[in-house]
Amino acid sequence: MLTLPGELRAAIIAHARADHPDEACGIIAGPAGSDRPQRFIPMINAERSPTFYRFDSMEQLRVWREMDDADEEPVVIYHSHTATEAYPSRTDVAYASEPEAHYVLVSTRDPDEVEFRSFRIVDGVVTEEEVRDPVDAAPE
Amino acid sequence: MAIEVRIPTILRNYTGGAKAVEGSGDTLDGLIADLDERYSGLRERLVDDSGLRRFVNVYLNDEDVRFLGGLEAPVKDGDTVTVLPAVAGGAR
Repeated sequence: MLTLPGELRAAIIAHARADHPDEACGIIAGPAGSDRPQRFIPMINAERSPTFYRFDSMEQLRVWREMDDADEEPVVIYHSHTATEAYPSRTDVAYASEPEAHYVLVSTRDPDEVEFRSFRIVDGVVTEEEVRDPVDAAPE
Repeated sequence: MAIEVRIPTILRNYTGGAKAVEGSGDTLDGLIADLDERYSGLRERLVDDSGLRRFVNVYLNDEDVRFLGGLEAPVKDGDTVTVLPAVAGGAR
């Protein structure tokens, strides 16, 4: 399960809408090992394409160093599909390289309706998971 | 002194879990060959017949090695090499 505060979910959707019809991408960093996404970091799609994304390599180095220094990791890695469903494509599965991350997919194919889903991608196997706003979760 | 090589999570099974390892060489190619002697299989994950794999980013200090000559990029003691898997994908 991905526990994601509503404002971070809204930030991902806003980025995906803003970059449509190109794919948008980015991460949400959180303390290493916490599984808590906290710091929203929209990334440049170096491909600037409606069907492909790739983080800009120099921006990625800078952001990964910042996370290292802050003892953070990419808890969420998100991108948008602009004409197809919010489900990992074969390309997404082939390049997925963070087995600990939640891969969030947003589809912007419908201007009025939001498709927002989260997956684990480990060794080529895709598993969908629930996305929950912590405000809705039962108190402990 | 040696060359420090920072290893991403997904490749740490080749380095016994180590986040950083040390190696030596005059070029990136030589450095990777040196590492592969101790961390067998690592080279295969970084390099294919045409050179550096397309979806692996390798940085020498603060620069993407693709702008420094790729595998032929000269390296020296005290350098830091960082390996990061490219984050990529898409609808097709």
